[in-house]
Amino acid sequence: MAEQDRILLAHGSGGRMAHELISKSFIRELSNPLLARMDDSAVVSFNGKLAFTTDSYVVSPIFFPGGDIGKLAVCGTVNDLAMSGAKPLYLSLAFIIEEGLLFKDLKKVVVSIKAAAHEASVQIVTGDTKVVHHGSADKLFINTSGIGIIHDRVKISGSNARPGDVVILSGTIGDHGVAVLSKREGLSFSTKLKSDCAPLGGLVADMLEASRDINCMRDPTRGGLATTLNEIAQQSSVGIRIDEEAIPVREEVLGACEMLGLDPLYIANEGKLIAIVPQTEAKSVLKAMKKHPYGKEAAIIGEVTKEKPGRVVMNTRIGSSRIVDMLTGDPLPRIC
Amino acid sequence: MKFIDEFRRSDLAKGLVSRIAQRSKNNVRFMEFCGGHTVAIFKYGIRQLLPPTIEMVSGPGCPVCVTANSDIDKCIAFSQLSDVIVATFGDMLKVPGSRSSLQRAKAEGADVRMVYSALDALSMARDNPDKSVVFLGIGFETTAPTIAASILQAQEQKIKNYHVFSMHKLTPPVVKAVLNAGEVKIGGIVCPGHVSVITGSQAWEFVAKDYGIPCVVSGFEPLDILQCIAMLVEQVEGGRSEVEIAYSRGVCHEGNVEAQKLMHRVFQSSPAEWRGIGRVPGSGLKLAEKYSRFDAERVFEIEPGESYEPEGCICGEVLRGVRTPNDCALFNTICTPQSPVGPCMVSSEGTCAAYYLYGGDSRG
Repeated sequence: MAEQDRILLAHGSGGRMAHELISKSFIRELSNPLLARMDDSAVVSFNGKLAFTTDSYVVSPIFFPGGDIGKLAVCGTVNDLAMSGAKPLYLSLAFIIEEGLLFKDLKKVVVSIKAAAHEASVQIVTGDTKVVHHGSADKLFINTSGIGIIHDRVKISGSNARPGDVVILSGTIGDHGVAVLSKREGLSFSTKLKSDCAPLGGLVADMLEASRDINCMRDPTRGGLATTLNEIAQQSSVGIRIDEEAIPVREEVLGACEMLGLDPLYIANEGKLIAIVPQTEAKSVLKAMKKHPYGKEAAIIGEVTKEKPGRVVMNTRIGSSRIVDMLTGDPLPRIC
Repeated sequence: MKFIDEFRRSDLAKGLVSRIAQRSKNNVRFMEFCGGHTVAIFKYGIRQLLPPTIEMVSGPGCPVCVTANSDIDKCIAFSQLSDVIVATFGDMLKVPGSRSSLQRAKAEGADVRMVYSALDALSMARDNPDKSVVFLGIGFETTAPTIAASILQAQEQKIKNYHVFSMHKLTPPVVKAVLNAGEVKIGGIVCPGHVSVITGSQAWEFVAKDYGIPCVVSGFEPLDILQCIAMLVEQVEGGRSEVEIAYSRGVCHEGNVEAQKLMHRVFQSSPAEWRGIGRVPGSGLKLAEKYSRFDAERVFEIEPGESYEPEGCICGEVLRGVRTPNDCALFNTICTPQSPVGPCMVSSEGTCAAYYLYGGDSRG
């Protein structure tokens, strides 16, 4: 029967079908002693400072070049933890499934969650599943929350940028956003580009090993590099000056942006970070980043200034300069 | 990236900047007609590189901005019809009409979908045979030929549920209207690049001949624009008024004759309402009689209601180059890209949006 290929409303009922879904589709793939207990809460012990974060994932399409919604749900939350300097440890995992989702698609997502969690060295310790009527969700939504621990000496915050600090970017921008756009309905174009979706806990650990004195760290996800730098400039009440020529952008991303009238500065990334570090630490942090596979193309892209607090200014390629503002709304392609 | 990087080289830019500074003696005001040029000028910080003798003003060259409120209201009215999908370029979504916007209509349940070309809208009609698709045809000579092609395809493939609401506009008539109004003294025109690919540089001969104003067609890369300004300065200082091309990789004298034929086959020129400028004879394109069954305005009955302009908004004057966004009391106070009052703040090619986003003059 074809129905057995698909998730039905009954799979979210809490009854036998729900149990079967959980044990066959989730526990089997993601099992660890904490999850296998199947109690109402996961119970874990800790020493020290905790970082705690949550995020929901609604990406469309759910599969895209270089990743899928499952990998994104693990990496996104792991990266939010890592950006506060935490070592990510445990994740919760909640699914909202639109009835009719193919089992094989769900399985693909769960397998990808397993691989990402393994790479990020985190355990899924609690979870939830809901199934909603057709049209009430778009195939699959995922929420993950995460817990990590922070070393005592690490004090990272968006409000810690100081004039004179150096801005380091871990690699090329726009890869994720353009890869997803390339598969979106009504806009498919062919590109070899893959999403940069990756867990950055390991890269951050190496950076903190090189220097504990990292002042700010952020992953420039939605809104892109421009929006994230503006957030830091405002939170820290400093100016940030970046160099257009120093920002690494792949040819494929540039090409797609030229074609669609988009600006790579505003395109989402899922495996990149910005670090703001004192000048004295910049060299060693950059060196550590370049050694890590997710920081190979790291580059110094600018500096923190006293001038124009709350604003980001970019030296343009032709020797002038301009303001770089936050993204407002969705970037929309142009008419002509 | 090939064909892009060459036109953004900083050493060549510096050379052009000093050439402009050396040659420019007399105070002069140049108008860039096209919104794409306005954005490029701000994005690369070109104004700051020019000597104080040169003033740049933006013209009525952003298709979304010049669309009259009455037309925006009609777009929204189409979205209120049952079993109608309104297909539109993304730029139109946020433009406020008299009472609502397409974005708001969509949130309230209207079926409004963003497309990247008219051919996507045509496929949408093919895929939704029980609905009618109304494509919002907006743009200048640049977009009109592809929309004409989509109508011919619909006819050939017997797709009956595809309709176009044509708000297309022609650029030479409006340049004439702005010059005839004589509100701003213009010493040279940065002629639109993409439009001229279709029309050819010949379209601007009347400006040079009848009005004695130098014209140079420009591309959209920083070197194109600097080269164009340098050529305009040389015409001004040499007392010449000619049509020259600083974008020869895209534009020739006659333009794309095939595209022009296609456009004139499907559309016929008509008077059109321009925001801030008013009714300009022969400046619009409506579907020719032969294709009237694809004309959304003739097929559907809509009730757009009475249209009025937002109070205090000076978009109209900004479009004519008479005032700048900094002269507007609403600019960056009540009117921002997050909550735009006028279309010039909405469109990615709008002058107010460019001033806001790239720190035009006062925000720097």
